[in-house]
Amino acid sequence: MTPHVLTRSLDRSATVFLLIVAGLGVLIPLSNLLLPSGSMFQVPTYLVALFGKYVCYAILALSIDLIWGYCGILSLGHGAFFALGGYAMGMYLMRQIGSRGVYGNPVLPDFMVFLNYPSLPWYWYGFDMFWFAALMVLVVPGLLAFCFGWLAFRSRVTGVYLSIITQAMTYALLLAFFRNDFGFGGNNGLTDFKDILGFNVQADGTRAALFILSCLALIIAFLICRAVVTSKLGKVLIAIRDAESRTRFLGYRVESYKLFVFTLSACMAGVAGALYVPQVGIINPGEFAPGNSIEAVIWVAVGGRGTLIGAALGAIVVNYAKTVFTSGPLAPYWLFMLGALFILVTLLLPKGIIGTFNAWYEPWSAKRLMAESAAREDGVNEPNPAE
Amino acid sequence: MNVIGTRTTSALLYLDGVHVSFDGFHAINNLSLTLEPGEMRAIIGPNGAGKTTMMDIITGKTKPDEGVVLFDGVTDLTRLDETRIAELGIGRKFQKPTVFESQTIEDNLLLALNVDHSVKGTLFWRGSKPDAERIERVLETIRLKDSRTKLAGSLSHGQKQWLEIGMLLAQDPKLLLVDEPVAGMTDVETHQTAELLKEINKDKTIMVVEHDMTFVRELGVKVTCLHEGTVLAEGSIDQVSTNDRVVEVYLGR
Repeated sequence: MTPHVLTRSLDRSATVFLLIVAGLGVLIPLSNLLLPSGSMFQVPTYLVALFGKYVCYAILALSIDLIWGYCGILSLGHGAFFALGGYAMGMYLMRQIGSRGVYGNPVLPDFMVFLNYPSLPWYWYGFDMFWFAALMVLVVPGLLAFCFGWLAFRSRVTGVYLSIITQAMTYALLLAFFRNDFGFGGNNGLTDFKDILGFNVQADGTRAALFILSCLALIIAFLICRAVVTSKLGKVLIAIRDAESRTRFLGYRVESYKLFVFTLSACMAGVAGALYVPQVGIINPGEFAPGNSIEAVIWVAVGGRGTLIGAALGAIVVNYAKTVFTSGPLAPYWLFMLGALFILVTLLLPKGIIGTFNAWYEPWSAKRLMAESAAREDGVNEPNPAE
Repeated sequence: MNVIGTRTTSALLYLDGVHVSFDGFHAINNLSLTLEPGEMRAIIGPNGAGKTTMMDIITGKTKPDEGVVLFDGVTDLTRLDETRIAELGIGRKFQKPTVFESQTIEDNLLLALNVDHSVKGTLFWRGSKPDAERIERVLETIRLKDSRTKLAGSLSHGQKQWLEIGMLLAQDPKLLLVDEPVAGMTDVETHQTAELLKEINKDKTIMVVEHDMTFVRELGVKVTCLHEGTVLAEGSIDQVSTNDRVVEVYLGR
């Protein structure tokens, strides 16, 4: 079988993307640590943390693109999985504070002392161990997604109805986490972290390491997504997206496929949240806000759904714009700009940045390849004229 | 699987006393029909006669209010869902050609192949030589070999119909339900489709719903005429088309 032009060129762009991420993942921390501060090429620490945040958002965007772009599941509550992963990591970081808290209690985090907790609630057990917290980063979002998906997909809730109940899910979690007696620090959330695995979370070296880990996680997440979408399962996902009942009549158990990809995506979002929390230094119920989840969907739409690279790119571009605009005089208008951006992209670039680029680039490169092979074979194999 | 103890019919498909109503509208009314193994049956009937609803019942999309639907004499189809029924070996072509437009013709056939359809099996699926050969054979049968890497969405209406029939072939079911296969086809294509279905019928049971009488005549098989959800007449095309009640239903009273 001849390798398909489209897949081959995508493979090349995937390689380029991975090289860029790996390159930045090495260069930015190196420049931060090795160059003298004040040097033109030195990336200041606050920027390392900021870029680290973008990379976490890129992972979240990838996880959304996997289900929305390839399987047509528009989750408007993916921020919930991100936040749950973040809380799992935050709980570990809280336990690491130990007796260095304001109240000096060796076991109870400050907010529990303040709220007169007699002892550590059972669901905080184990979070003093990193491996346990790291496991929970995957298990908690994954389990929630599995249960939620099992109920929703089996009842064949699709389209806008599914989007609405995902919104309701994240909103319900927002309300729950706001409560002081829920045991996660109420509206202040978890903060004042001291160290992670024995390293000071504020130190330049730790920040650089977290940035490298975030880039690594992005690379791994991207490779997993690529492996899924280029497998036969990826073709089934697209089939479900385009003609769900047809796929059923071919003998595919659609709900199992949706459940698999939704759970995988939630785990990825959880990892993104877990890497995000030590870099920004706080996790609070605000992360569950429905608006956050919608914003993440906009990143994917801007970058190009169903392209993976576009999702990551969209997350970085939109968040960079957010940083620029919300720190200047235009700050109050950011949400209007975001809304306008979404409308403009939908109207003018319905395929997003990468999708539009591909639509322009692929026919061109396909023609070039055909011309090349035709020239090589001395016109023996006349290629089919393009439509 | 829901298996009824003893086999009471030799028919591959057996419908008896089936009723379905939607909000008081009786779409299917005491419908009884049997299809013997290896048979090809043409189903005709005016719009709203219940032809598509009948297919929905057989494939598990619609549950009947009452009645018996047996496959292979022993399996009660009314208790199974679409996926399970497809796995049993009932393939369906929709009235409006439904192919996966954003994927290539080859991939459409690959998706239809009756290999392991579990999530795990699909994720780690690797093409084998017999699979590739089967896709090759189907591509040849439906005459789309040269455009195998084209997107299905770029095909003409008639070609989409053929691709969907090809998907049925790749699925390799025991029973094919074919809903209006020649809608929107030229005379030549219609003729070719009739030939194709006859060829497929050599080792498969087929039920064809079609309005095109020339096509039905060309198939030369037993015809069942449905009207208001029940069987009006059954027999050869000549018998059915001269039946007074059929003429009345088609031409109005």
